[in-house]
Amino acid sequence: MSNYAVRRFKDRLFFFLGIACIVLAVLPLGSILLEVIVKGLPTLSLNFLTTVPGPGGANVGGIGPAIQGSLILIGLTSLIGIPLGVLSGIYLAEYGDAPYARVMRSLNDVLTEFPSIVVGLTVFLVVVLKVSGSVGLGFSPLSGAIALSFILIPIVARTAEEAIKLVPNALREASMALGVRKWRTTLSIVLSVAKAGLVTGILLAVARVAGETAPLILTVLGNTHFFEGFNEPLAALPLQIYQDALSADPGIQARAWGAALILILVVLSLNIVVRLATRGRMGNSGRK
Amino acid sequence: MNVEKREDPGMSEQERQRAPTDEFAMNTTGSMDVAPKLQSEGLRAFFGKNEALHGIDFSIRPNKVTAIIGPSGCGKSTFLRCLNRMHELTPGAKASGQVLLDGGNIYAPKIDPVLVRRRIGMVFQKPNPFPTMDIYDNVAAGLKLTGMKKGKNLDDIVKNSLQQASLWDEVKDELHKPGTSISGGQQQRLCIARTIAMQPEVILMDEPCSALDPIATSKVEELMVQLKGTYTVVVVTHNMQQAARVADFTAFFYLGKLIESGPTASLFEKPREELTERYLTGRFG
Repeated sequence: MSNYAVRRFKDRLFFFLGIACIVLAVLPLGSILLEVIVKGLPTLSLNFLTTVPGPGGANVGGIGPAIQGSLILIGLTSLIGIPLGVLSGIYLAEYGDAPYARVMRSLNDVLTEFPSIVVGLTVFLVVVLKVSGSVGLGFSPLSGAIALSFILIPIVARTAEEAIKLVPNALREASMALGVRKWRTTLSIVLSVAKAGLVTGILLAVARVAGETAPLILTVLGNTHFFEGFNEPLAALPLQIYQDALSADPGIQARAWGAALILILVVLSLNIVVRLATRGRMGNSGRK
Repeated sequence: MNVEKREDPGMSEQERQRAPTDEFAMNTTGSMDVAPKLQSEGLRAFFGKNEALHGIDFSIRPNKVTAIIGPSGCGKSTFLRCLNRMHELTPGAKASGQVLLDGGNIYAPKIDPVLVRRRIGMVFQKPNPFPTMDIYDNVAAGLKLTGMKKGKNLDDIVKNSLQQASLWDEVKDELHKPGTSISGGQQQRLCIARTIAMQPEVILMDEPCSALDPIATSKVEELMVQLKGTYTVVVVTHNMQQAARVADFTAFFYLGKLIESGPTASLFEKPREELTERYLTGRFG
């Protein structure tokens, strides 16, 4: 009986240790969120969300261009990066036994961990600079989207590969045994079953990209005006936060907190919208 | 349909030794009175460097149920998967020799394996309906994904296929529920309906009842007997009673070789080979 009591005590002990670890891990996240909400919330108003930033002092203005710029960047990056990333993931998962694919996979893994400032620098040299040997797009939305795609593609590719590999081989065989061609099997059977995993991977990557700052400094530069064209510098939320946080003006510092809160909300609402939009329609492979 | 007996000039020593057994098999079964629907000649299968089938010569008669029995690892599933070129989809797997469908070699260089599989359908061990599709779409999947639905009435084909698979009465009011929402036995019959919808000539079944309970098993067994009216059925089973119940002909495989084949009754009652008898009486395997 005493043996049982000891074992029950151990069981409880490990249960509470587990809970303590979770609390410890979530604590910093919670405090960051709290801080951002407490300091960001007072700045929010319709005016703040829709006007251009002011010079400071009495006229702080808003972060309209930064919100617009971030949405443009996220859109362009998704347009370039998601198809390429998902296609790479399909290749790695369905044809990944070839030696070439193994090399690709390890390069892809390296790229996933790549310092984003190096990505920014590379795109700056190869795409932005208007010299011979460079594409010469200048500081522009497209340059920024290309840099962010470099970060997005490997993450999407890796998570897509994992999601596709989880699809039971029995389903591929069932389709092939009906005389369906392999590409059609992949598109219509495998991808639809892997959809939940694909969407999760894409959302993680987009969230990561939405908060990137370093590559944007070197590719879109920042702007205090709304979108001015595809050959002009663009504002973005992370850039706004970075620049405003360095300011000595308390009003502008508060603007940084407001922008930080909006950035978090943009990523969060994107998450919710995509989840709702892709739920129910066939893709309930995760649930019964 | 004119099929002549093909002599294989490149017969190996091993195959030469086996040849008399086959002659004997033909004499007792009288199998040459009809042209075989499917016929393997010197069929060898490999997994990497491992040879899983050592030259199989076997004829499958049209509109009959043919059972393949044998202990685990004897190559019976591999043989089945060679018959519609599914074997080669396994990484590292290869096959050599010939398989003749109505006399035409499906391993000939210009043959597209995808088209072969449309004529020779397959049902697997575990029911594997497409989880993201409803019952209706599961049955229609083959036609939709191969672009063969043009000019056809899908509703009729789906109804027909489900009726042939004895599933229609059970699911006719819930055609738009997910294919995975019905019971395991129903799922397996759904998979059979999905195969039937392609209107194949041959249906291969790889231990189709081993994941099912006895009642579902007996339904699928009844189905096999019904299906032979329209299709040629080949079933791999590790259940000898099942072979005895449903099969017109039975083949016994052991260690990648065809040991003996013939009408089911004569194979079970008076096997010619000692190995067959020992397996049937449960002394190994």
